[in-house]
Amino acid sequence: MITCKDFLSELNEFLDDECSAKVRQELEQHLSECPNCWVICDTTKKTINIYRGTEHYVVPPEVHERLITALRNKASKLRHS
Amino acid sequence: MIQRVGQTSGFDEAALVAQAQRGDVEAFTELVNRYEGGIFRLARHITQNPEDAEDVLQETFLKAYEHLEDFQGNSKFYTWLVRIAVNQSLMKLRKRKSDASVSLDEPFDTGEENLAREIAVWDPNPELLYSREEIRAILEKAVESLPPAFRAVFALRDIEELSTEETAAVLNLSVPAVKSRLLRARLRLREKLTRYFKRKGEDLFDYL
Repeated sequence: MITCKDFLSELNEFLDDECSAKVRQELEQHLSECPNCWVICDTTKKTINIYRGTEHYVVPPEVHERLITALRNKASKLRHS
Repeated sequence: MIQRVGQTSGFDEAALVAQAQRGDVEAFTELVNRYEGGIFRLARHITQNPEDAEDVLQETFLKAYEHLEDFQGNSKFYTWLVRIAVNQSLMKLRKRKSDASVSLDEPFDTGEENLAREIAVWDPNPELLYSREEIRAILEKAVESLPPAFRAVFALRDIEELSTEETAAVLNLSVPAVKSRLLRARLRLREKLTRYFKRKGEDLFDYL
């Protein structure tokens, strides 16, 4: 019989699909009986998904240009040293 | 993210890295074009400061170029860049806060912390409650509230999508330390986001 505390400590493995079939079954059993853990599990999954959906940050063109210029300067310095 | 990059067709990373190692700046510029967006995002998340993130971006690629011969191909090139970027970001944090406690090694409370207080169902469409900009600001503010030791783990695992092992290697942490910090980071963020995204005017027990 697993407790809410046990469930929370296994939450990552559960969400990342890294637990054994037996543990998974126990956790699912707990989820079906415990509304609080169900909500925590569901909203944690949504939290991860909303961050995973974050797009790449666009590097501002002037920042990109500055980087490329610095890189070329560095390259020519390295060549001459 | 690593996986997605690896799957991109027509992009032979190993060949570009080898060319760059022979001193071909153009080849290295290609690698910059490919990876600067990810490195910039990571730096933004860890430093929480746009100017610092710009500096970190530049320092990361300059350092990488300078030390290209040290890259042996044992890890993915992007993971190698991430490692440099994380170190540069942490240096910025330390400088800005002039706070010696900004460390990934800082001990953290493993005691009877209440990991989940706010228990409420989310609105099925949070994106209808807020504009894109507002949601982005909410997400950033929540990450900003995490201690740096949690923030770096979360950014690498859940935003850059590195594996637990890769994250441990990049941050010089043990696998159990990464797992424990990731759990705390996820639960804290869940808590913060719930305040914004919970279904209005109701709590859990209205559903039962």
